[in-house]
Amino acid sequence: MLLIYCPYCEEERSELEFRHGGDAHIARPTNIADISDAEFEDYFFLRDNPKGLIFERWRHIHGCGRFFNAARDTVSDKFYMSYKAGEPKPYIPGVSPASEKPLSENVGETYEATEGTAK
Amino acid sequence: MADHALRKAPLAGRHGGSAGARVTPAAPATRLSLRAGADALGALSAAFGLTLPTRPKTSASAGGRHALWLGPDEWLLIDENEADLMALAAGAGVLHSAVDVSHRNTAILVSGPHAAGAIASGCPLDLGNAIFPVGAAARTVLGKIEVVAFRPGEEDYRVECWRSFSPYAFGLLSEGAEDAGL
Amino acid sequence: MSGANRIAGQGRLTPARTARFTFDGKTFDALEGDTVASALLANGVHLVGRSFKYHRPRGILSAGPEEPNALVDVSRDAARRQPNVRAPVQEVFDGMKVESQNRFPSLAFDIGGINNLMSPFFAAGFYYKTFMWPKAAWEKLYEPFIRKAAGLGVAPTEEDPDHYASRYAYCDVLVAGAGVAGLSAALAAAEAGARVILVDEQPEVGGALHYDLSVKIDGQNGYDWAQATAAKLKAMENVTVLTRTTAFGYYNHNFVGLVERVTDHLARPDRKLPRERLWQVRAKRVILATGSIERHMVFANNDRPGIMLASAARTYLNHFGVAVGRKVGVYTANDSAYEAAFDLKRAGVTVAAIVDNREKPGEGVLAEARKLGIEVLAGHSVVDTKGKLRVSSMSVARNGGGSARSIPIDALLMSAGWTPSVHLFSQSRGKVAYDAATGRFLPGTYAQDCLSVGSCNGTDGLQATIEEGLAAGELMARATGHEGGGKVELSGENAFEWTGGMAGSGEGAGVDTTVKAFVDFQNDVCAKDIRLAVREGMHSIEHIKRFTTNGMATDQGKLSNIHGLAIASEVLNREIPKIGLTTFRAPYTPVTFGALISHSRGDLFDPARKTPMHAWEEAHGAVFEDVGNWKRAWYYPRSGETMHDAVNRECRTVRSAAGVFDASTLGKIEVVGPDAAEFMNLMYTNGWDTLKPGRCRYGIMLREDGFIYDDGVVGRLSEDRFHVTTTTGGAPRVMHHMEDYLQTEFPHLKVWLTSTTEQWAVIAVQGPKAREILEPLVEGIDMSNEAFPHMSVREGKFCGVPTRLFRMSFTGEAGYEVNVPADYGEAVWEAIWARAEPLGACAYGTETMHVLRAEKGYIIVGQDTDGTVTPYDASLAWAVSKKKTDFVGIRGLKRPDLVKEGRKQLVGLLTKDPKVVLEEGAQIVADPNEPKPMTMLGHVTSSYWSENCGRSIAMALVAGGQARMGQTLYVPMPDRTIAVEVSDMVFVDKEGGRLNG
Repeated sequence: MLLIYCPYCEEERSELEFRHGGDAHIARPTNIADISDAEFEDYFFLRDNPKGLIFERWRHIHGCGRFFNAARDTVSDKFYMSYKAGEPKPYIPGVSPASEKPLSENVGETYEATEGTAK
Repeated sequence: MADHALRKAPLAGRHGGSAGARVTPAAPATRLSLRAGADALGALSAAFGLTLPTRPKTSASAGGRHALWLGPDEWLLIDENEADLMALAAGAGVLHSAVDVSHRNTAILVSGPHAAGAIASGCPLDLGNAIFPVGAAARTVLGKIEVVAFRPGEEDYRVECWRSFSPYAFGLLSEGAEDAGL
Repeated sequence: MSGANRIAGQGRLTPARTARFTFDGKTFDALEGDTVASALLANGVHLVGRSFKYHRPRGILSAGPEEPNALVDVSRDAARRQPNVRAPVQEVFDGMKVESQNRFPSLAFDIGGINNLMSPFFAAGFYYKTFMWPKAAWEKLYEPFIRKAAGLGVAPTEEDPDHYASRYAYCDVLVAGAGVAGLSAALAAAEAGARVILVDEQPEVGGALHYDLSVKIDGQNGYDWAQATAAKLKAMENVTVLTRTTAFGYYNHNFVGLVERVTDHLARPDRKLPRERLWQVRAKRVILATGSIERHMVFANNDRPGIMLASAARTYLNHFGVAVGRKVGVYTANDSAYEAAFDLKRAGVTVAAIVDNREKPGEGVLAEARKLGIEVLAGHSVVDTKGKLRVSSMSVARNGGGSARSIPIDALLMSAGWTPSVHLFSQSRGKVAYDAATGRFLPGTYAQDCLSVGSCNGTDGLQATIEEGLAAGELMARATGHEGGGKVELSGENAFEWTGGMAGSGEGAGVDTTVKAFVDFQNDVCAKDIRLAVREGMHSIEHIKRFTTNGMATDQGKLSNIHGLAIASEVLNREIPKIGLTTFRAPYTPVTFGALISHSRGDLFDPARKTPMHAWEEAHGAVFEDVGNWKRAWYYPRSGETMHDAVNRECRTVRSAAGVFDASTLGKIEVVGPDAAEFMNLMYTNGWDTLKPGRCRYGIMLREDGFIYDDGVVGRLSEDRFHVTTTTGGAPRVMHHMEDYLQTEFPHLKVWLTSTTEQWAVIAVQGPKAREILEPLVEGIDMSNEAFPHMSVREGKFCGVPTRLFRMSFTGEAGYEVNVPADYGEAVWEAIWARAEPLGACAYGTETMHVLRAEKGYIIVGQDTDGTVTPYDASLAWAVSKKKTDFVGIRGLKRPDLVKEGRKQLVGLLTKDPKVVLEEGAQIVADPNEPKPMTMLGHVTSSYWSENCGRSIAMALVAGGQARMGQTLYVPMPDRTIAVEVSDMVFVDKEGGRLNG
């Protein structure tokens, strides 16, 4: 049974108090009535089901009631972090693809530094 | 005009537990599910006569009235003297949601040296002194149901649950109390 | 005397404290603290069971939970009976009844033993190949026969009268195993101030100190040190010591399941005590000190009673004071077995010979053997044994060939070395690594916050084990923020460091296909079976395991895994780590269902939710139905009435007079805030801006895919407050669905949601006399049709208590729903009933409610819809706002599949024969003569006898249903085909005039 850090309760609580909510960072299109079939398919039906890092939604339904997001490894079930709903997708050093590094961290990035990290 | 209907509490007449952990139904109380943003807390605190807590898992109490932090914009107010909490909320004059849940919830008191052990028979919260001290409160689960656990005193716990779940909660706490008291 | 083989002056049990028990009907004396195994051995009983497949006579192999042979049925009384109990684990209590298993008619003469002679037919994979044809025979013939022949014990037929308890617990450091390593770790962690839980499966702490008398720690006898240390730990406030407690499962994020056996060892347990207690522990850090398990030697006929692990014989002697034989042989590949021989010899037992598979045994033990005058046959193997029901001799031969010499013995002790118990480590998803130097799998990569210490970590040597334990305890305590205590130091000494060990089959295991050299005793898997598996093409250890069933018995291969692997490695000519180890799964040892269920039985199996009026309903003869966890009054039969009669009467009465119905279970959500209407606009298909305070509207909620998710009547109490109702079963998920959108998609809206399902008792009063019944009880509400029309809500007083009074109808009659605070529900119901009954009204249940709503064509979400139905399919287009630019499901409704022609649509069905009531779920076809498979147009969703219509009525989902009005369709049933006509769904009062009373 997982132990999940709730960013609102600011502590780890038993999985029994939580409900999983699927992939995170999938925003409902504001113009949803007008999107194409392909866009709707992408928004509503298609998910990546990655092996490894996933950003997912949880709700502390039997606790503070809040939805929040977590970065978890789907293989080991290790939680890298959890963060409040609405906050941007975090960069998980050493786990997130380098392409997702926030701009501030990309500044001054060199070939050597990238290779160094890769090792 | 009709006579005033008589009230019947869901756990009327029940008793249970052990010498180490007594399990009893709490007396009727008025209750409010209060929702509000941070900017309304001052006025609402003044209206209720206690400072609404803003830290997770904490509570504030004054004169038999308790405000339990349940979420970042959610409190459970309990008045053991059955004050009209809806009226108090209405008088605050700030944006909020107050919903009367006096009859939705009922409470079970678990008290005695083994009270925490009784609750731990079905509740996955860490009830250790360091992490769930006197005054702590949290919504959590007990067996298969949702409850709010509140610790008003060193050996006193108040378990709030919805009324139709209360016989289940009472039964589980009673069994837990018997085991914890062994 | 508690057994002829009890040796005076040996062991730790008190001779005066005896307990009597029976084994297969014969009475034996035991001592308090005996296990079933030690007590039987004390009485010279070695034969205790028959093997699973071949029904070979089997004895006691071990002195611990790894026991594969000595599985017995233990009972206290008829109901308190448990099969498959491991005799070396079960403590004896006075009055206990023990029975052997898997034998007929008796243990000594077992007809199933024929299987042993037939064994050439029972090679590995036999079952897979033989019972394939004919297919039907498997269920009827083969399986029942195999199950009877190859049995474990028999489950008791009576209900378990014991109770079980459970406890959640938290700690800083959980220590699994209280041998030298675990005690050292727990001591260091506890001294530092950490919250410690120390568990051990045995009745007393000590682990290997039970048998190893040579150990001294801090100058004290090892076993005594262990007890003193446990006592010290128990006295500390921050420590919980649990004995007779098995850490059976290591789950995610340091969640460890423990089962504590509370009463199984007691003769007359206090009935208040639970039989077992399940602990669900969340530990910040875990220390695994699970020790290691001695392996047997694999050689021909290594399974006869009297053949056992060397350390087991030592335990029986040194702890229980029992000599397992009078003339014992030893067959070993490592030094530890020598110490068993030494202890037995010193206790007066004859040691016939130590047969050592190795050319060079350890020098220390060799010298000691010489000193004690024990013959050591190095470079020799035991190649066979004899003895029908107990071993009587061993055949010993020089390795590499030569003639065998028979040595008479009455017990044979064996040791192939020690397998570290990495089960819990492996369950924690840690990766084991193979240590080629010692031939062991050891903890490699950790997946969780835990550490292994002592022999489960491959740590050899007493002092090294102590130091590793102390260091781990301190480290883990510091890691959880505990800085107290000084450095704990302990020093230990023991007689010999052990060397050696082997895995796989020895010289005596044979290479032919008939020699039975057992690898897995419990599943009767021999070395030859593993070889056969490889020959048949199984090259992965996972395949070999399943083909042979090696390691698949309830002991999960504690003894056999490594041997099986080594034999496969030899045949495949591949190194052991290249073949890989199978994954260990929880539980480590079998766990009773009782412990896992703990409190969840009887009334506590599941919450039974009852409404405030339940007692009244019960007293008035209601029959209840389960709706989710709710108990709802289904119908109220009067004396002599069938369900059909009662429902017909209730249906008639509601439409002719009135009916009173408990609607409390309907979900209720209060939506409050200045943006409440806007939020409702987004969550429901309807428009809510135009709904005036005091009015109600039927709302439909969709999922984003456009399908109906829930429905209900919504009342607007004020500009910023809505009273939303949901279906009974849908209440929690609707709340969750709304919260989801509110918090994550529309967080800008100033609105809050509160569940009020249980705040209100709801009493529906429906029928032409509804207003007459209620009016005198109402205060402050004008009940006239003009002031309080259909689909309105008013707040006021009812019977003197606050009410939300709804004018609404799910029956098509003029009706009201009286909401009062729940604790007043029963009194208000009685007040209504006191008026209703004299006016000819009845109480009605959910069945009548279903019929009445179907007569009006009102749908029930989840019955007439199934998650693939849109509002258009359900003829509810009127409820979908055409003006709104957004609501959940707006885009889903436009999906190509949802707008195409020929979708299944909800329609009415009238059987041509009005007396015939269709079956719900029955399929509908256009051409009853079409050959199978027929083209199915849809199915019946609701079907009833309508007393008010004097005929049957039904609703159905039918492809292109709206366009089929008046058409004849068919419902093929097993015994006949029923002709039906498609109709609209309103069967009563098509104009709706009755709603206005």
